[in-house]
Amino acid sequence: MAELKGWKDLPIGGVVPGGVAAALNKTGSWRAERPVWNEEKCIQCLQCWFHCPDTSIVIRDQKVTGVDYDHCKGCGVCAAICPKDAIDMVPEREGTCAK
Amino acid sequence: MKEIRWHGRGGQGAKTVSQVLAQINLREGKYVQAFPEFGPERSGAPIRAYNRISDEEILVHSAVYSPDLAVIVDESLLTSEKPTDGLHPDGTLVVNTSCSTEEIRTRTGFKGKIVVLDADRIGREAGTGFANIPMLGAVAAVLGTAWSIVEEEVRRTMGERISKEMLDKNITALRAAYDAAKKGVAGG
Amino acid sequence: MRKVMTGHKAVAEAMRQIEPDVVAVYPITPQSEIAEYYADYVHDGIVHTELVPVESEHSAMSACVGAAAAGARVMTATSSQGLALLVEVLYIAAGMRLPIVMALANRSLSAPINIHCDHSDAYLARDAGAFQVFCESAQEVYDYTLIAQRIAEHDKIRLPGIVNLDGFSLTHTSQVVEPLDDAVAKKFVGVFRPVHPLLDVDKPVTWGPFAMPDYYFELKRAQQAAIEEVPTVFLDVQKAFAKMSGRAYTGLVEKYRLDDADRALVVLGSTAGTAKIAVDALRSKGEKVGLLKVWLYRPFPYQAVASALARVKHVAVLDRAISFGAMGALYSDVATSLVRSQVLPALHNYIYGLGGRDITAEQLAEVLVGLEKVHPDEVLRYIGLRE
Repeated sequence: MAELKGWKDLPIGGVVPGGVAAALNKTGSWRAERPVWNEEKCIQCLQCWFHCPDTSIVIRDQKVTGVDYDHCKGCGVCAAICPKDAIDMVPEREGTCAK
Repeated sequence: MKEIRWHGRGGQGAKTVSQVLAQINLREGKYVQAFPEFGPERSGAPIRAYNRISDEEILVHSAVYSPDLAVIVDESLLTSEKPTDGLHPDGTLVVNTSCSTEEIRTRTGFKGKIVVLDADRIGREAGTGFANIPMLGAVAAVLGTAWSIVEEEVRRTMGERISKEMLDKNITALRAAYDAAKKGVAGG
Repeated sequence: MRKVMTGHKAVAEAMRQIEPDVVAVYPITPQSEIAEYYADYVHDGIVHTELVPVESEHSAMSACVGAAAAGARVMTATSSQGLALLVEVLYIAAGMRLPIVMALANRSLSAPINIHCDHSDAYLARDAGAFQVFCESAQEVYDYTLIAQRIAEHDKIRLPGIVNLDGFSLTHTSQVVEPLDDAVAKKFVGVFRPVHPLLDVDKPVTWGPFAMPDYYFELKRAQQAAIEEVPTVFLDVQKAFAKMSGRAYTGLVEKYRLDDADRALVVLGSTAGTAKIAVDALRSKGEKVGLLKVWLYRPFPYQAVASALARVKHVAVLDRAISFGAMGALYSDVATSLVRSQVLPALHNYIYGLGGRDITAEQLAEVLVGLEKVHPDEVLRYIGLRE
């Protein structure tokens, strides 16, 4: 976490400059399972993008290009809605030793 | 006085078992506290819960800064939540993982006692699917609490909420974890 | 030019000249005529204000908060129960540092139901974070509405402000008021410059975010720093106003015949005028008595009060509301002032005028005359109450 500011350094009224408090609040750490997008299976129907409650499906030129893992909370809606099973939910365990 | 810090995720039941642990300690004749750290509590968000256990009346109401035990209910929090921060050098790190003690020591850099158990697998095999009850069993074993007291209290508190069949499955998971942690304490 | 108008009208006149972008009001009993007058101005095209008639006082302040955050100059008015309903959002306006000026027609809180004057409503809003001014006359009501606007919008302050006017004795009483010319008043108030307006889409900010234990405290400390700046700004603005209007306003408090006084009253609001009569009457008989009127009630002018009372031997603090289970709120503030400055006269608390119970110059003179003889144990007394 960044160093906390003292009271003299805070913006008036507690506003968050930039207007996107969400951008500063990385909710990706809430995730227990991560959606892994499989480009080969994807038909670019954009259903995942429509349904994602956290705008965490990244699209460029109207095409899905990946997942914003800084904000994706791992709800799995994208995987559930995908008509081609192109998104797998994978446990988030880092460096797991599971056999 | 012993202090415990639990690291879990919203919905995994870490707070619930911290409260059950307090009931168990009460049965042992201890003074207890159990409290969660309140934040934007949402399913999946990292949460912390705490226990204090003492032979004397507990007067302090401040946060826990240097626990004797840190309990990792969800392995994905092992590095992101820095569970060894403030953990007493002679304290114990209890981790739900399939990794070995050595692997956890390398990943955390913690020099004190480490107890590992695969609580996810224990829960899965017992048919409960939850890691919190196994982790409660492990913590009770680390604390040296007698099995009979642990079982009695879990049967009493959980028996009010779940079916007999599910309760028995939970007791199976609790016992497996209790034994695994006992072995871990003796070995690690 | 001198005119005759009620306190309500005096507020409305000042508002007409300030001409805020948004006025949000709820005309519930006992709402004041302020909103009615202002609605007429809007209807008649005299002012270009968005008048938002909402469904409650809570919503009125909520609409004010929204409009102020959007970047508008905003005003409202309320009274009694309306203030009680509104006060939750007043804390939010202060926390968000929004310069909303509000006239508060001081009337008692239920139960029992009563529509008349006391200060229980102002005391309820005491800790909300708004600065509060109390007025003695309709002229002061007019003047301090303009002054409050400048203070609220000052860069160092940016807080809501309350202009208190006693119910009926000021709100409904026609008095002589000399308003400024429109152009002069408008120039005095100046052009409003919003800070971080929501409608400035090129510089977006998030308003009203969550602040957990790691930041809430710092933000509240910053708010305290802002309200602590009010006395300095108040004196500056008051000076500028005095120079322009010729009205002799000086100080956070008004000292009336206090210099050589050995006994004094401390009061808020219109009772100060009545108290001046009492002081004059006793002075003409050679009694050394005086009066301290507190203009700026929040932030409380501790030093000014202590230095004004430095040589007084017996002080009677008059509270027009009971702080149940405690000494009067004004008394507590005066006591704090004196202790902070190690000035320790005999200090007495009198509760008076609840629910519009009249207070006369004779009663106030009686308090002053008997002050030396009050037993020290009788710290809390009541004026004009039947046993």
